[in-house]
Amino acid sequence: MATKVVQRPKLSLGDKLYLPTILKGLMITAGHFFRMFRGKTKVAMQYPEEKWDENLPQYYRGAPALVTDEQDRERCVACQLCEFICPPRAITITPEEIPNDETWAKVEKRPKAFEIDMIRCIYCGLCEEVCPEQAIFLRKDYAITGLSREEMVHDKGRLYEIGGKREGLVNKWNDLK
Amino acid sequence: MDWFLILSSLVKIIGLVFLTILPMVAYSVYAERRVSAFIQDRLGPNRVGFNGLAQPIADGLKFLLKEDITPAHVNKFYYWLAPCLVLVPALVSCAVLPFGSTLDLDWLGLKQDMKLVIADLNIGPLFILAITSLSVYGIVLAGWASNSKYPFFGGVRSSAQMISYEIALGLSIVPILMIYGNPNMGDIVAEQAKNGWALLPFWGENAVFRWQDGGFVYAGGKHLLLLIPVFISFIVFTTSIFAETNRLPFDLAECETELVAGYHTEYSSMKFALFFLGEYAAMIIGSGFAVTLFLGGWSLPFGLSAGQVETVGLPVALLQFGTFLIKVVAFIIFFIWVRWSIPRFRYDQLMKLGWVWFFEIALFNVLLTAGILIFLNSSTIATP
Repeated sequence: MATKVVQRPKLSLGDKLYLPTILKGLMITAGHFFRMFRGKTKVAMQYPEEKWDENLPQYYRGAPALVTDEQDRERCVACQLCEFICPPRAITITPEEIPNDETWAKVEKRPKAFEIDMIRCIYCGLCEEVCPEQAIFLRKDYAITGLSREEMVHDKGRLYEIGGKREGLVNKWNDLK
Repeated sequence: MDWFLILSSLVKIIGLVFLTILPMVAYSVYAERRVSAFIQDRLGPNRVGFNGLAQPIADGLKFLLKEDITPAHVNKFYYWLAPCLVLVPALVSCAVLPFGSTLDLDWLGLKQDMKLVIADLNIGPLFILAITSLSVYGIVLAGWASNSKYPFFGGVRSSAQMISYEIALGLSIVPILMIYGNPNMGDIVAEQAKNGWALLPFWGENAVFRWQDGGFVYAGGKHLLLLIPVFISFIVFTTSIFAETNRLPFDLAECETELVAGYHTEYSSMKFALFFLGEYAAMIIGSGFAVTLFLGGWSLPFGLSAGQVETVGLPVALLQFGTFLIKVVAFIIFFIWVRWSIPRFRYDQLMKLGWVWFFEIALFNVLLTAGILIFLNSSTIATP
């Protein structure tokens, strides 16, 4: 293998005296200082005052949430696909049968309890991707906080509160015209 | 009992140490954080109070409220003694720094005048050198008493570094003492007020140029020749002060990158804060020392203070005090500026710089000054 001999850079007298180079360095840092002093430097977002909220992209993956359709029916049919695909196993679903005397009896199944542990959730979006009913979506909420582990588990009510209503998308349960 | 001496000393000690230097320590930490942030294109602490100005108070509270841990494996007595040994010498050495000329106390109905220096010693620079060398004991004891390897390394390195640079520091002020022929720091400043600062001898009797008939005329370059050794002195002195106060680029006592936190690794809460205070107090005293010797202490530039050498009233005394503080603050900013600009030295580079370069340069500088003084006929120049 050919060996390439790299020469050390030749130092000029100024470099060897060391002081002129220190002055050069001081000038550079002073430049940074005064640029910042005059407010010309772009700095990091000052979080509580400035927030991402207005600038979040459409595809932002925040907290997962459940949605209802235009007739206020729970879209989730408790198929548990999201529970099975969830990599950190954050989702726990307890399914129940819809009684025959109810309006949406033909859907047959709905979640009795639907819990997402937000301490576990990694915001990967696989639940949204796998859902055949388009019932679960990742919304733009990112500041999920709580004082206890129990508080960090989103139950069904909380999930619908974040998700709200989504129209269109899946029409197979609608009455035929 | 000389009650006036005791009372006036008490007033000066409380005024200078507790009302000036300790708040300055707190705010130089704040300045350090803000300036370093600005240099690195960050914002730094800006939350507590207006622009973060209450940050030092919050920090102090935090230090007071934190748990004070004394590890089981330390030598308790020396472990407790070390932080005090760092802080006390730093604060004691401010005793000989003159922060004004002489205050006339007629407005208080007193006959005596008050010299605006805590102790008007005739061995000012020697006193500072002697006392600041004591602070190495604090660092060595902290490193040794902690009984663990990183503090030990930090302590040993620090002692080697401080002892090496003390020689250069001591030799670098010899030319100044030779030029002024007087080791009383108050008298040195008075001379500088009348005849130009050591680094800027451009006014007064021995000025290089003088304003005359609408233009500068050459007025004898006696001090221009002396400016060469003074400038060399200043560079050696400033660099040695950096090393003495364990500041970057010579922070081998702490060196976060190698020794965790150096000699105070095992310390927590207020004892750690004492180390911190001592370090910054030493920095402030070092700045005051440099300002007094090289930049005219409390005197205004361009000979504006030439008439203030004798007794002065309260407003002028306050003006002098303010001038001194402004110079010290500027020097502290310079300290911080250098810290965040220059990379660290390796240990052998540090030792080489101290022993091979600065020691020889300072020694040669003394001879150079002596030669120049003989050349200029020392009888006229010794008291310029």
